[in-house]
Amino acid sequence: MDFLFATILKIALVMGLVLLAVAYLTWLERKVIGDIQVRYGPSRVGRFGLLQPIADGIKLMFKEDIVPANADRLIFLLAPAISIIPALIVFAVIPFGPSFVITDVNVGLLYVFAVTSLGVYGIVLAGWGSNSKYALLGGLRSSAQMVSYELSLGLSVIGVVMMAGSLSLVDIVEAQKGSWYGILPRWNVIPQFLGFVIFLLSSNAELNRAPFDLPEAETELVAGFHTEYSSMKFAMFFMAEYANMIAASAMATTLFLGGWQGPLLPPVIWFLLKVFCFLFLFMWLRATLPRFRYDQLMGFGWKVLLPAALVNVMLTAAVLLIFA
Amino acid sequence: MEWVLFLIFGLVAAAAAVGMVLQRSPIYSALCLILALFAQGGLYILLHAELIAAVHIFVYAGAIMVLFLFVIMLLDLRPEDRSPVRTNPVGVSVGLILAGLLLAELALGVGPHIALGPRGVYDFETVRAVGNTQAVGRILFREYLIPFELTSVILLAAMVGAMVLAKRKLE
Amino acid sequence: MVPLWAYLFLSAFLFAVGVVGVATRRNALVIFMSIELMLNAVNLSFVAFARFLHSLDGQVFVFFVMTVAAAEVAVGLAIIIAIFRNAETVNVDEVHLLKG
Repeated sequence: MDFLFATILKIALVMGLVLLAVAYLTWLERKVIGDIQVRYGPSRVGRFGLLQPIADGIKLMFKEDIVPANADRLIFLLAPAISIIPALIVFAVIPFGPSFVITDVNVGLLYVFAVTSLGVYGIVLAGWGSNSKYALLGGLRSSAQMVSYELSLGLSVIGVVMMAGSLSLVDIVEAQKGSWYGILPRWNVIPQFLGFVIFLLSSNAELNRAPFDLPEAETELVAGFHTEYSSMKFAMFFMAEYANMIAASAMATTLFLGGWQGPLLPPVIWFLLKVFCFLFLFMWLRATLPRFRYDQLMGFGWKVLLPAALVNVMLTAAVLLIFA
Repeated sequence: MEWVLFLIFGLVAAAAAVGMVLQRSPIYSALCLILALFAQGGLYILLHAELIAAVHIFVYAGAIMVLFLFVIMLLDLRPEDRSPVRTNPVGVSVGLILAGLLLAELALGVGPHIALGPRGVYDFETVRAVGNTQAVGRILFREYLIPFELTSVILLAAMVGAMVLAKRKLE
Repeated sequence: MVPLWAYLFLSAFLFAVGVVGVATRRNALVIFMSIELMLNAVNLSFVAFARFLHSLDGQVFVFFVMTVAAAEVAVGLAIIIAIFRNAETVNVDEVHLLKG
């Protein structure tokens, strides 16, 4: 019983934290992009606009909930839920600290990939169910994009798995303990730099964020797959996007930056700091880079990232074989 | 507890499979199949095959069914397969009878009286001690190394075949 | 513990449903999905046998079945797209390519 209680407590804590972080990420993103583009960003609701997410939430809740007349009702209603659930259950295996992980499973990394690969259904079904050409095009684009980039995403972490010899995320973090020559931390980002770059690029594409935000390219597709959505259902897509962003940052931290490892500060703080750096990087990219053209996107994924990921796997295998 | 979970997953899988055959719109068929696949993943976990369960969801739900949905959307098969559904009564009855026979035969064969052959060495405790992934990996890369390498040939052939078929014109 | 025959019975049922799907449906895509269902039914009995015979070979076989299924889907869907391009339909009754 104690075990069950502790687990439920952990789940509640993690879910609460993630949802709060999602709400304030919207504020932070608007502030950061505002600063980069020399504007103020939200500044009216509360000090520094700190109450903006709450105001936004209230606004979205009270908006009219429209279901288009020709939409496929069931699929239209199901799609937002399908897109947010995978985004939240990823956190079940992410280790926030040495003993602060909801559950450490033997196939943790595969679990994360299996679950995140389901996110595409929400987008595809939203595109199909809306019965609108913009939404359908957005859905088609995103399914092609996400399936393509999932390949390089999966291959980019093979090197990490080979170095740790385990799929469990806790084991992967433990394998990055200590340092080289007393100064360089033993993080995977140094020996696996190529894998790290590929992981960042393809997870950015998986998140459908700029510069890979083709599925919702507002200048060509109005808003892509969520064109027809309003009110809380629209908000759910946004929450899914931000929750996925946190999950991707947490994964990058766990796999390449040594997770909770770090001197002086308590482990959970280290973990959150590293996650924050990645979140900031994602915002920075969005504020800086223009969108890819569709054929460039596909060409980049298949002709650059995928071969690079394969080279990384071969190199890692060769080095491990020679030195181990 | 195990029975409860088995019944939940089993009934969902069975109902979703039946739904897949009965649904007229291909997209609903695909959704039913996805549900059945998820329930099956749950059954794999009940059978302590965690690695298989994760790979199953990853490959089937994450890749294969997305491809199906993509093709359904690409061909835009919205209204009842585009052509009036003309079910052939002979075909349907033959199919049902065949399936009934098959089911009866299988059910007779797999009743509680079933006798198992000699047991292997990988009982629950042994697998748990080394870890499911490690145990399967060891067998896969030792005893089944040649077949494993050969599957890559199948995948390569499929990749080339799909590209040639899907290309509109060959130069 | 849930006995082996329960899993085998479920697997047999799923397989039979797949057979009905292949025999009665006319949409090539749904026929394809039924074939996937049959492959999965077989996978289920492989894993169940692996568990009850204390041997992991069944789980390894499931890997091979999945590989073949993935290859089959890639080629099969390409064929369906090619047929749709020529015949504007995926109804298997209306495609008579082999009839001359």
